Amino acid sequence: MDSLLNLDRPPVFCPGCSHTRVTRALDNALSLLKRKGHQVAIVSDIGCSGLFDTFFHTHALHGLHGRALTYAAGIKLARPDLTVIVTMGDGGLGIGGAHLLAACRRNLDITLLVLNNFNFGMTGGQYSVTTPTDALVGSGFLNRLEHPMDVGRVAVAAGAGYVSRCSSYRKDLAAELAAAIRHEGFALLDMWGVCTGRYTRRNRMGPKQIDEALGALEPLKGPVAANQRPEYGRHYRQAAQGLTDPAPLAVPLRFAALTRTRQEILILGSAGQRINTAGELLCLAGMTGGLQATQKNEYNITVLRGPSLSEIVLCPTAVGYTGITKPTVVLALSDEGVQRRRAVLRHLDETALIIRAADVDLPPNAARTTTIDFKALQIKGPDRALAALTVLAAKKTVVDGDMLTTAIELRFKKDVRQKALALVARVCSGLQ
Amino acid sequence: MVASLLEGNEAIAWGAVDAGCRFFAGYPITPATTILNTMLKLLPPRGGICLQGEDEIASMGYCLGASMAGLKTMTATSGPGISLYSEQTGFAVGSEIPIVIVDVQRLGPSTGSATKGADGDIQFLQWGTSGGLPVIVLAPVDVKDCYLLTRHAFNLAERYRCPVFIASNKEIGMTRESVNLAALKPPEVMARLQPSPGSTPFLPFDTSHGRKVPCFLPVGDTTLVRQTSSTHGPDGYITTDPDQIARNQKRLLHKLNDAVNRFTFYRRLQPAGASTLVITYGVTSRAARAVYERCRQQGAPIGLLVLKTLWPVPEKLICDTAAPYRRLVVVEMNQGLYRREIERLLPAHPVDFLGQMDGRLITPEQIEEVVRHG
Repeated sequence: MDSLLNLDRPPVFCPGCSHTRVTRALDNALSLLKRKGHQVAIVSDIGCSGLFDTFFHTHALHGLHGRALTYAAGIKLARPDLTVIVTMGDGGLGIGGAHLLAACRRNLDITLLVLNNFNFGMTGGQYSVTTPTDALVGSGFLNRLEHPMDVGRVAVAAGAGYVSRCSSYRKDLAAELAAAIRHEGFALLDMWGVCTGRYTRRNRMGPKQIDEALGALEPLKGPVAANQRPEYGRHYRQAAQGLTDPAPLAVPLRFAALTRTRQEILILGSAGQRINTAGELLCLAGMTGGLQATQKNEYNITVLRGPSLSEIVLCPTAVGYTGITKPTVVLALSDEGVQRRRAVLRHLDETALIIRAADVDLPPNAARTTTIDFKALQIKGPDRALAALTVLAAKKTVVDGDMLTTAIELRFKKDVRQKALALVARVCSGLQ
Repeated sequence: MVASLLEGNEAIAWGAVDAGCRFFAGYPITPATTILNTMLKLLPPRGGICLQGEDEIASMGYCLGASMAGLKTMTATSGPGISLYSEQTGFAVGSEIPIVIVDVQRLGPSTGSATKGADGDIQFLQWGTSGGLPVIVLAPVDVKDCYLLTRHAFNLAERYRCPVFIASNKEIGMTRESVNLAALKPPEVMARLQPSPGSTPFLPFDTSHGRKVPCFLPVGDTTLVRQTSSTHGPDGYITTDPDQIARNQKRLLHKLNDAVNRFTFYRRLQPAGASTLVITYGVTSRAARAVYERCRQQGAPIGLLVLKTLWPVPEKLICDTAAPYRRLVVVEMNQGLYRREIERLLPAHPVDFLGQMDGRLITPEQIEEVVRHG
C-alpha cells in the first residue's frame, strides 16, 4: 500500500522530537490497514500535535484548542464509514477534559492519539495536566503543587473500550497504532515522547527514562474488558429505527366563533393544578371556533411548588401583543396565583368575569364573580383548572362546551381523555 | 383551515427539518431547551442525528464537524451558551462553515433570569467573536416568523457559507401561538454551491471563479478536503502572505455586507400623513403594531418599520424608509443596543427612545406615550 505522507509538506518538528517518529508510524499503520487517503479524516488539535493533518494526504480538519474530539464526533456521525483519527497533545487533554470524558463514555469509533510530551512545547514549556511534579518547566513552581493526571486510567474510569499506553520509541509503534485504529469504538493511545525544544533542556527524558517510568505503572494494553459495548453510531441508528415521525397537532375549524372581540384570559393557580394544560386546552377550544390564540406561562423553576399562571389571548384576528393588562376573564384558583396579579385584579370593572375557587381571597374589584366550592364538589387540586374551564364554557362567552370537549378529544388519548370528559360531565351536572 | 398550536421554539425545529437540517447538537438551557426536545423527536425518525452535548462548546464542535461532512446543522441556546459559543462561532465565520445558531434570548448579563425575556444579545451576536467580521442575524416577531426565518437562515448559511443567528426571545420561543404552517410560503430549499466537475484540483477556499463564496465539498467524499481554523490560503493550508491574508479578510467582510439587500427581511407600514416612524424588531413589534392601529383609528397615523434582518445592518432599507419622517422612535427590549445603529445612519433625525430591561414586555401603552409625548 502506498504511503499517505504529503511529500510537499514534510514534518517540521524540532530535531530529536518524537513526533516525527509518530508521523512515520501513523503512515505505516494506515498502510497496514490499507486505508486510502479519502477514507481517512485526521482531526488535529492545537500545538505541535496540531501540525499532523498537514503531513498527510487525507481529509483534514484543524480547529480550536481542546475541541478536536467534538469535530471528530460530528464527522464520524455524519460519515460512519470514515476512519477518524484525532491527534492531541497533553495540553489538549487538559483544556478539553470534558470532551475526553464524553468521548470515552459515548464510544464513537474514533481513535485518539495522545502525543504526550509533558509540557506545552509551542508556548514556552509551561506545565500541562501530565507534567511530573518534580519536573522543571516554564511555569515556575506551579507544577510542584499539582498532581499529574494519568490519562489512561481516567479513560478506563470514564468507560473507554480501548486504552493503551506506550513509548513513542517502541519498535512496533505502527502495529500499536493500527490496533487502536482497528478497534470498533473509542480508542485512546497514550504515547509518551520527548520535547527537545523545551522539556529536555532542563529534564532528563529519553527512550530509557520513558521505558523506566512506564515500567513502574500498571500496563494498559488495549481492550478494556469491562467497557466493551456497542459502538455509539451503530447503536444510535439501531435505537432510532422504528421511531415515528410526529406531526404537529392539527386543530380543525369546526364551530362558529362566540366572540368578535379580543379576549384576555388569566388563569391564576399553583403548581400541580395543571394550569399550563388548561391554558393549552382553552387555546385549542378557541381555535376550533376560528379564534387565533397565544399562551404565555409563568411558573417557578422548581416546577412542583409555587404559583403557576397562564395568560391566554383569543382573538378573531391576529393576536398582536401577547401581554395581558386588562383581562376579560380570570380563573382564580389559588391564593399564591392571585397574589402575583393582585394589582391587575384591583382594576377590573364589571365587564370582566372572575371564576373563583371558594377558598381563594380576591382583592376588592368590580368584576362579576362566580364562586365554585371545589371541596363541596369533591374536585381535587389537579382538576381545578379544567373544572373552572367547564364553568367558563357553560357561560358560552369565550368558548362553549362543544369546543372544550373537542379540545379534550384532540389533546388527550385513552384514559386521560375519558377522565377529562368525565370531569367535564360531572361539573356540568353539578351546575344544573 | 387546519391550524396548530406551537411554541416559537417548536416552529424553529419544524423550519429546520423542512429546510433539510439533519444534525442538531445542544445543551439544555431555559428558554431554548424545547428546541433540543423537539429536534430529538424530529431528527432520528428522519435518519438525522440529535445530540445532547456535554457543554455548549462541544455542541458547536459537533455541529461544525457534521457541517464539514456535508450535513445541514443547527444548535440552540441562550445568552450563557452564546457566550461559550464565541470561539467556535469565530471558526465558522473565518473558515466559512455553514451553521444556524438560535439564541432564545433571556434577561442577562450572565446567568441573569432564565425565564424572563429580553433582546439584550443583539450587539453581542454580531461582535461576540474575535476578528471583527460580519455575521447574519435574523429576528422573528412571532411563531410564523420562527418557521419562515429558520427556512431562510438555512438558505443563507448554505449560500454564504457562514453562521446565521436567529435572535429569538423567551417571549416568542416559549409562547404558544396558533399557526397554519401549510399556508406559509417558505423559500425554496437551497444547498451549498459545488465546484463544476472537472475543475481540478479542488481548493477548498478558492474564489477565482469570481464569486465571493468558495465552493464546497464535504469531508468524506473521494476528493480530499482540508479545513482549518488558522489563517489560510485558497488551498486550506496556513499562510503568512500579507496580501493573501488581506484579500481573504476583505472577501469575508464584503461577501455579507455587500449582499445584505438580498436578504433584508422586514415589515413596513407607511400611512399617508405620518410624521413619526417607529422602528423596532422582535416581540416588541407586536406591541408597536397595536399602537400603529390605534393611531390610525384616531386619525393621527404613524409609520412602522419592523426589522427582521438585524445584521448586517440593512442600511439602505432604514435610510430610505426614514428619509421622509420628521421624527424617529426606536423601541427595543434592552437599553439602546440598536438605537446606536439608527442614530449612526440618520444623524439629522431626532430619535426618541423607549427601552426596557426588567423581564416584562413593553406595552402598547408605553409606546403610545412616547409616540405622543416624546
